[in-house]
Amino acid sequence: MTLVEGHLPAEPPDGLSVLSHSRATAGRVPRLALRALGPSLVVTYLSLLVLLPLAAVLDNAFQHGFSSFWQAVTQPEAVAALKLTFLCSLAVAIFNTLAGLVIAWVLVRDDFWGKEFVSAIIDLPFALPTIVAGLTLLALYGPDSPFGIDVAGTKIGIIFALAFVTLPFCVRSVQPVLAEIDRETEEAASSLGAGRLRVLMKIVLPSIAPGLLSGAGLAFARALGEFGSVVLISDNLPFKTEVASSWIFSLSQSDELSSAASVSVVLIASALVVLIVIRYLVSRFTVQDAP
Amino acid sequence: MATAVTTLLVGVPASGAATGGSVSLVAYSTPKPAYAALLTAFAATKAGKGVTFSQSYGPSGTQATAVAGGLPADVVNFSLSLDMNKVVKAGLVSSSWAKGPTKGMVTNSIVSFVVRKGNPKHITTWTGLVKSGVQVITPNPFSSGSAKWNLMAAYGSQIVQGKTPAQATSFLSKMLANTVAQPSSASTALQTFLSGQGDVLLDYEDDALYAKSQGEPVTVITPPQTILIQNPIAVTTHAANPTAAKAFVAYLLSPAGQKIWGQQGYRPVLPKVAAQFNFPKPKTLFSIQKLGGWTKVNKSFFTPTKGKVAQIEQKLGVSTASG
Repeated sequence: MTLVEGHLPAEPPDGLSVLSHSRATAGRVPRLALRALGPSLVVTYLSLLVLLPLAAVLDNAFQHGFSSFWQAVTQPEAVAALKLTFLCSLAVAIFNTLAGLVIAWVLVRDDFWGKEFVSAIIDLPFALPTIVAGLTLLALYGPDSPFGIDVAGTKIGIIFALAFVTLPFCVRSVQPVLAEIDRETEEAASSLGAGRLRVLMKIVLPSIAPGLLSGAGLAFARALGEFGSVVLISDNLPFKTEVASSWIFSLSQSDELSSAASVSVVLIASALVVLIVIRYLVSRFTVQDAP
Repeated sequence: MATAVTTLLVGVPASGAATGGSVSLVAYSTPKPAYAALLTAFAATKAGKGVTFSQSYGPSGTQATAVAGGLPADVVNFSLSLDMNKVVKAGLVSSSWAKGPTKGMVTNSIVSFVVRKGNPKHITTWTGLVKSGVQVITPNPFSSGSAKWNLMAAYGSQIVQGKTPAQATSFLSKMLANTVAQPSSASTALQTFLSGQGDVLLDYEDDALYAKSQGEPVTVITPPQTILIQNPIAVTTHAANPTAAKAFVAYLLSPAGQKIWGQQGYRPVLPKVAAQFNFPKPKTLFSIQKLGGWTKVNKSFFTPTKGKVAQIEQKLGVSTASG
């Protein structure tokens, strides 16, 4: 019986001594395994939920080669639908970033009766099935509107619907950042003579910029793919108010799955690009913020 | 096995024990209320005693794609034979499904006009749909089977009046220029019409009658020329309980079952039962066979971006895309 020399492990410094229940099986392998466990779980989960389906869509899109992908993406209907979708999603991202900022500001810095209730119902669009949202919006802003506002069949109607479903993103991404800001900096600036607008532009906005950008990015990405809430109020007219998701649905129902996947790839790629750019901008803002 | 169904599961437990078994029904969305009555009646029959059902309703094309993709189904009922062909192609329904006495069809219907109560714009013929200022609603033909019936009814109405195919296509173009909404399915089209948009909705007669029976302020107009809608039904080749499934379909095609269909607004396929009801008789009733059959029509009209309808919409869109 030989003693293994020189490899008697010391007490593992990170407290994983529970794993080294035997001196022969030194704590090294289990420790490495445990460290890798976290990332492995994340990669597995992401793969199953996100990467595999994305790979399947890509595979489907390029099934018949690049020329068939390009043809599907440059069809007049696809181009019109994509143009409309991008335009409306961009408009909504900008509009809702401003609206989200205002709402978050009021919720964080003001006090009024019913504030908790208002804060709670901001998340309502997340809970509502999108088709129910669509029916409700049609009833409220269609020809039978109790307010006399009829935007059915118009781009404004599409923007209304998209604004409804993406508002929670814009509010919730700014609210915590706004709540975290150190008011003392603002008060100091103000006591040194800075006007309210200057305080807003130079002190508050840079601090909440990451939140604003994240919210805008999420809202844009969500608006790109929205179907249920938009398709009713838009009236779905080809070349006029048919959004990309509806055209993709029509292609899939007509058994043109490869074309449907191709147009989907354009939407996915755009969302990805925007989100990556936003992440980069956010990281830049955060670095500038460091003391 | 058959009860493990994904969408809209509703179990209808039957009384008694007897043979029983479980049947999975996958159908298009419109006949859901009709099946409620039919399943209750079937459960009271000898063959239906102890049979439990799981039901799934949805847009016809989507359901067909789902079944072809693996959704368990014992009995399938679609809105047009084109969707049945999808399932036949996947090897799940025998290619001789249309060989029976009713040619595989379980119900008939027609394309009707749905207008506001009292028909304020006096729309009674197809010509009324292309008058300036009239707003038409029809589902999107690339995502809805009902829309395909509607557009072929419009096209065919011209052919049977002696117009040339070019003139009929031009009529279709004028009608689509008057179309203010093309919702993705028949049910959303009805919702859009009921929300106050449009003057006339093209829809299945049975769906229109159902809406009326629910108290909606509409009038159902039978156009003088219209297409005969025929809805196919079949038992799948891999049915878990073929005896019960076949017995159910036989009941749906029996005089008792057809009578219930008639009461629900569907035109019975059995002539003797159809005679018991007072469905309006259009002057000219033509079938899709007159226009070449669904396979040919679907290819030439409804291929996205290349079919005749796609070309019409491209022409209309390019001229109005700036709007």
